[in-house]
Amino acid sequence: MTVLATPQPTISASETGTETVPLLEVENLSTEFATHAGTLRAVDGVSMSMTAGEVLGIVGESGSGKSVTALSILGLIRAPGRVSGGSIRFQNHGELLTKSASEMRKIRGDMISMIFQEPMTSLNPVFRVGWQIAEALRLHRNMSKAEATERAAELLERVGIASPRKRVSEFPHQLSGGMRQRVMIAMAMACAPKLLLADEPTTALDVTVQAQILDLMVQLKEEDGAAVMLITHDLGVIAEMAQKVAVMYAGVVMEEADVGELFDEPLHPYTQGLLNSIPRGHSRGSALKAIPGIVPNLLHLPTGCRFRDRCPAAHAPCGKAEPPLQRMPDSARKVRCWLHHPEPPK
Amino acid sequence: MRDTMTDTPMDDAIATPEVIEPLARQSLLARLSKNRLSLVGGALVLIAVFMAISAPFLPLQDPDAVDTSQRLAPIGSPGRWLGADELGRDILSRLFWGARITLTVSLAATLIAMVVGTVLGLVSGYFLGWTDTVISRGIDVLMAFPYFLLALTVIAILGPGLLNGMLAIALVNVPFFARIIRGSTLSLRESDFVLAAKGMGAGHLRVLFRHILVNSLSTLVVATTINLGFMITAAAALSFLGLGVQPPTSDWGTMLASGRQYLSAAPHTSYLPGLAIFLTVLGFNLLGDGLRDALDPRMRE
Repeated sequence: MTVLATPQPTISASETGTETVPLLEVENLSTEFATHAGTLRAVDGVSMSMTAGEVLGIVGESGSGKSVTALSILGLIRAPGRVSGGSIRFQNHGELLTKSASEMRKIRGDMISMIFQEPMTSLNPVFRVGWQIAEALRLHRNMSKAEATERAAELLERVGIASPRKRVSEFPHQLSGGMRQRVMIAMAMACAPKLLLADEPTTALDVTVQAQILDLMVQLKEEDGAAVMLITHDLGVIAEMAQKVAVMYAGVVMEEADVGELFDEPLHPYTQGLLNSIPRGHSRGSALKAIPGIVPNLLHLPTGCRFRDRCPAAHAPCGKAEPPLQRMPDSARKVRCWLHHPEPPK
Repeated sequence: MRDTMTDTPMDDAIATPEVIEPLARQSLLARLSKNRLSLVGGALVLIAVFMAISAPFLPLQDPDAVDTSQRLAPIGSPGRWLGADELGRDILSRLFWGARITLTVSLAATLIAMVVGTVLGLVSGYFLGWTDTVISRGIDVLMAFPYFLLALTVIAILGPGLLNGMLAIALVNVPFFARIIRGSTLSLRESDFVLAAKGMGAGHLRVLFRHILVNSLSTLVVATTINLGFMITAAAALSFLGLGVQPPTSDWGTMLASGRQYLSAAPHTSYLPGLAIFLTVLGFNLLGDGLRDALDPRMRE
C-alpha cells in the first residue's frame, strides 16, 4: 500500500458526533491507470465515510475521479487500471480490497449495487427485462426461475412501471429511457442493498423524467434504509437529495461539508466557482460565470495545489505545496485550500 | 411542443404501448423473405437437405448396384433418369445418397470448427493478456499455412478417411470462427451492460456465455451459414483427391473425380455432381448474405 505524503484523517464516528458505526469507510484510496505516457492517478488519496441511510453527494467535473472512486469500491477497476493503495472497509464485511474475486461477487449486487449513467446501453439488448432483474435474484438469493420472475414483476411495479406483468417480458428496446433507468433501479434494488452507488443516474434523461427518477430513488432508499452515494456534476441534484457533499477535483476531495453549509457558505474557491456557474433567474442577460481553464492533465499536475492555474484566489503558498484536506474548527467540514489553513507555507 | 410538455406532464412510465409498437421487430423469417436472393438460397439449401434426408425412403435404385450393361448411360435412359456412371450405377440415386455424406461431413466439420473457434475467440477476447497472446499466435500459425495445404498435411499425418478428412477441414476453419468471435468479444466486453452485469455480481463464465456469447449469436449464425458453403467445397475437394470418403461409399466429390475420366464421352457423369456442389454452395452463400442483412439492425426499415 502506498503511504502518501499527507496522511488525511477520516471522519470517524466520534469526530462527527454521531453514535452510528460507519457503513462505508474509504481511506486514502488511490487508483492508477497505466498508460503509454506514464502512470495516471485518477483517484489520489480519497477518504470518505458514510453511515447507514445517508446520501453522500459526490460532485465534480468530468474526469475528476468520481466514477473511478465508485468502481474502485465495487472492485470493478479493470486492467490497465488498479487500486494502488488505501483501504475500503464496508460494515461488518471488513476490508474490501483484500477480498477474493468470488467474495466480491457475493457482495456486488447484494450488499452494494450500482446504477449506471447510460440506461440506453446498460441493459443487455437480447434479454427480456424481467430476465435481467431475475438474474440478480438468482445469483444472490437462490430463487427458482418462476419465483425470480414473479419477484421481478413486483420490483417493476415498485419502481412505478405500469402493467409490470406485461413489461417483464419486453425487451429493452421496447422501453423509453426513463423506463429503462427504472428497470436499472429495480435491478440494483432487487436484493435490497445496504449501499447504492448511483453514477450520474439522471444525466442521460429528460428534465421531467429526471425529477421522477430522483423521487423514486428517495422513496426506495427510505423504504429499504439504503445509503446512497450519488455521483453527479449537477449541483441541483445534490441540493435536492444529499445530506453530505464531497467536491472532487482532479482525483482529490477539495471540500467536504453538509449540504446546507456548502451551499450557504462555500469555502473552497473551486466550490465557489461551481456554485457561481449555475445559471440563475436574476442573472438573466449577463454571461454565465464559468470557471476559466480546463481540468489539468492528470499526467502533468501543476506543483502545489492542483486548482492553482484556474483559481481566482491563487497566491504564493499555492505553488509551494499541495494543501492538505484540513478540518475546519468547530465543524465536521473539511477544505483543501491554503486560504483556510492555519499555517500556509511561507 | 413546449405547451404540450407543460400542460400534460409526460410520465414515461405510463407511455402507451402504441407508441412503441411500430418499432417492434418483424420476425426474422419475414425480413429474410423480403430478399428474393436469400429465398432462392434457402430453397437450394432445403432441396439439398431434402435429398439427404429422403434418400432411404424414396424408391431409388441401390446406389452401389453395378450394371455393366448400363455403363455411361445418357440422361433419360429408362430406369436411369439421370444416366449411369462408368460402372452403370444410377447417378440420380448416387446424388441423393452422396448428399447425405457431403452434407453430414460439412455440417459436422462446421460444428466442430464453430464450437472450438468460438470458445477460443471468447476466451482470448475476454481475458486478453498472455491467454490472448498464446491463442491468437496459435491462430496466426494456422492461418499462415495455405488453406488447403494445411488440410492435406493433417490428412498426411492422420491418414485418409471420412473422419480424418472431417477433422482436417474443421481444423482449417477454426481460425475463421475464432477471429470473428474474438472481435465481437473485444467490443462487447467494454459495453455498459457487461459492466452492469458484473456490478450485479455475475462471474466470468456467466458474463462470457450469457451476456457476450448471446449477443454474438447473430454474427455466429451468419458466419456458420457462409462457412457451410466453404466446407462443402472443401469436403468435395478432399474426396476428389481420394483423401476423404473411401469407396464403396461415395459423395459428390468422388463422383466428380470418377466422372472426370469420361469428360468427353459422358460429360453428365461429372457435371451432374459438379452442378449439385455448385448449387448447394451457392444456396448457402445466398442464405448467409440474406441472414446477415436480416439480422443487421441497421438494415431494418
